[in-house]
Amino acid sequence: MREDRRLSIPDAALTHLQLLEAESIHILREVAAEFERPCLLFSGGKDSIVMLRLAEKAFRPTKFPFPLMHIDTGQNFPEVIAFRDKRAAELGERLIVRTVEDSIRHGRIREQAGENNSRNRMQTTTLLDGIAEFRFDAVFGGARRDEEKARAKERIYSFRDQNGQWDPKNQRPELWNLYNGRIHNGEHIRVFPISNWTELDIWQYIGEEQLEIPSIYYAHHRLTVIRDGLVLPIGPLMPILPGETAELRQVRFRTVGDANCTACVQSSADTAFKIIEETAVTRITERGATRVDDRVSEASMEDRKRAGYF
Amino acid sequence: MDLLRFSTAGSVDDGKSTLIGRLLYDSKGVFEDQLEAAARSTVNRSAGPIDLSLLTDGLRAEREQGITIDVAYRYFATPRRKFIIADTPGHEQYTRNMATGSSTANLAIVLIDARHGALVQSRRHTFIASMLGIAHLVVAVNKMDLVAYSQARYEEICAEFHSFVEQLGFGDVTFLPLSALQGDNVVQNSAAMPWYHGPSLLQHLETVDVARDENLDTLRFPVQLVLRPDLDFRGFAGQIASGTVRVGDDVTALPAGTRSRVKRIHTHDGDLQVAAAPRSVTLLLEHEIDISRGDMIVPSADLPMIRRDFDARIVWMDGEPLDLTRPYLVKHTARTTRVRVERLLHRIDVNTLAREPATTLKLNEIGRVHLKAAQPLYLDAYEEHRRTGAFILIDPLTNSTVAAGMVVADQPQEDQSLALPRRVDRQAREQHANHRAGLLWLTGPRGVGRSSLARALETRLFHRGVDVVVLDDEAVRDLCVGAADPPEATRRAAEIARILVNAGHLVVADLAAPTRQERDLVRRIVGAQDVLEVELLAQGIAQEGYEAPVLPDLQLAALDADMAESVVKILTWLTDHGMFGVPRVVSPGAGI
Repeated sequence: MREDRRLSIPDAALTHLQLLEAESIHILREVAAEFERPCLLFSGGKDSIVMLRLAEKAFRPTKFPFPLMHIDTGQNFPEVIAFRDKRAAELGERLIVRTVEDSIRHGRIREQAGENNSRNRMQTTTLLDGIAEFRFDAVFGGARRDEEKARAKERIYSFRDQNGQWDPKNQRPELWNLYNGRIHNGEHIRVFPISNWTELDIWQYIGEEQLEIPSIYYAHHRLTVIRDGLVLPIGPLMPILPGETAELRQVRFRTVGDANCTACVQSSADTAFKIIEETAVTRITERGATRVDDRVSEASMEDRKRAGYF
Repeated sequence: MDLLRFSTAGSVDDGKSTLIGRLLYDSKGVFEDQLEAAARSTVNRSAGPIDLSLLTDGLRAEREQGITIDVAYRYFATPRRKFIIADTPGHEQYTRNMATGSSTANLAIVLIDARHGALVQSRRHTFIASMLGIAHLVVAVNKMDLVAYSQARYEEICAEFHSFVEQLGFGDVTFLPLSALQGDNVVQNSAAMPWYHGPSLLQHLETVDVARDENLDTLRFPVQLVLRPDLDFRGFAGQIASGTVRVGDDVTALPAGTRSRVKRIHTHDGDLQVAAAPRSVTLLLEHEIDISRGDMIVPSADLPMIRRDFDARIVWMDGEPLDLTRPYLVKHTARTTRVRVERLLHRIDVNTLAREPATTLKLNEIGRVHLKAAQPLYLDAYEEHRRTGAFILIDPLTNSTVAAGMVVADQPQEDQSLALPRRVDRQAREQHANHRAGLLWLTGPRGVGRSSLARALETRLFHRGVDVVVLDDEAVRDLCVGAADPPEATRRAAEIARILVNAGHLVVADLAAPTRQERDLVRRIVGAQDVLEVELLAQGIAQEGYEAPVLPDLQLAALDADMAESVVKILTWLTDHGMFGVPRVVSPGAGI
């Protein structure tokens, strides 16, 4: 048994990670109690891995009161997909997978042509179909407000209309820890329990909790090219262009999106601790360094969210 | 490393976004690609070489119009602290965003333009910050570069604003001269103002003591949900709203009023001996008690107000004005119930702080109201317990959040469900009778001697001049004709007891009610604080279905052996607990 630190050291407070954790657990429990059919989006990425640990803290020794769901673009890194399945099995929780491939096959969406072809936008349709199929009324996502300017203004309970759309000018005021989860039929709420965490907090938590994460987050050697200032991993989904030469570089991924639009960073950080050190001094945002699709315009995230994206 | 949440507010052009941009930039909380995007932006504003405000204005409409239209949250960290900024817009029409941003903040920065001095909006922001219970205020006198870094001008503004702030009850107020644009006194102390000897803004933010802001004394634990994986584990999951809980604490579950002790404080990382707000934990109690979402676990010795009707200050946040004729929903901790706003007592002019009569509240207006909820709420004054003194109102038709409310400390006498206030209320009756009213509940299996004891007590109390009534099965028999089941009969008897208690009587109950569930129902109806449970120990007498009390207020053994002695024990106990003589006010809401 442990003593709460503040009581033995009268003026000491909980650490920032303990405070963030307590807030996130409260949000997870609130949704579990107030909604009939929640689900948690789990991609195998680091933020959703943290979400699963928070869910364990919120609900164990019971099973999670919701299933996990992954919207698979079919262009994910194989290491991440393998990790996803392994983690869900270890936890003994139900994992639902819906694929963009199926949505294309059923004529729900058509593949974009062109160089910036990313299934990232297309997965919105698959996601909304998945939500409708299981009649989910609350969907947990691992988005953080430090990721992007539009996210910085999004509520923890993000109301979505019957088309899954976000209206930034018509958000419910969100005060204290009192969340208004009331919805009409067909509407749903996207819930972001780690809204107030930063990339650095995530890495510190991974370090403290000793969370296992897919190997590609740690430094490894990979064939890459440098294009538009981004370090891109060469593979079937990211072919080399004429005039480019691929080089073996020591890299790691800061985010794991699709293999055709996620860049890596040059790094020798092969432990969570070293990544924390690097993150603490890094000068470029996670998305800016690694997401080809966010660089299209100043407002690209806002536009996608309005259309129903996370 | 700990955490400081602060809000910023300022009028249009006070330079608030620039200040935040400067804090982020100078503390390296902003990244190069965000700077590049700001530099690339086609929006042209006269804010210097890099427009730092572009770092914070997130939505396209804001970037186009050069304004901030919604609360944005920003993050940065220094080696000492992590910071969360709630960046709220300063326009007249966005008071509701100010309240939203302030609701979770420990500290507020109010910006004043050194050229103009404190405007009406600066006062309004300061007032809202104080109303939302922010303990620490920083008054940042910005744009000092535009008044030639004049010490005289700075001191003039401080003196004037100080007299306003004094009325508002902040824990501490700090004035700072700075220039966000030039970076003076934001992160580094400025060479341009050698006359200023205080800390820079960031130094102040890093060192201000917020550990004491949390109320660690009185436990409030709203139950969010019950975790029950198997028969051996029945955990009440929630976030400690205030106070501290220890294993072994004597606690009461509201609304049942049942007492128990804390058996375990479970977390996924192992059990704790002690836990304090704002941790999220799971409590296990020693006894099997019926507790569900929306109930609250509190110390038996320190209950909150348990009231259906109460006064509060509300900030109206919806385009549709307040309608006194229609129902709303109130969400308070983990409990949501129907509510009416029965009266609008006054509106507060946020510019002058004057109270004025009003018939409704419109968007961004603040007023004091009297509310009546369908279920009792477990309330504290907002100034003492932020999380149990706060609530929101929701429109049940549109589902919009229409108001934010804060329970005030000075509550009126509770309505006794009558349209007109009672002239002769319970307190008046208690004073007249010179004893407290209450329900003395005798619990014991059939045949233990309950009826004899009740009659002996009645005689003895009557001769002491106490307005005593015995409620027994005989007395309520006709009332309970047609009751579907025993709990329904108990409910009816409890309603009678409630009426008698409110009329100033000491009621002695000699009723069957063999189950804890029935007796919890009685506590709910009469009010846990007015019920004393005396357990008559069975001594070999068994009754099928009888459940002994969990934590009786008093236990009596060997009843038949000496009835007179049992009566004396009870009378002594009642005397010790202030039942006789000038009555204490027992309604938990009164007197606070």
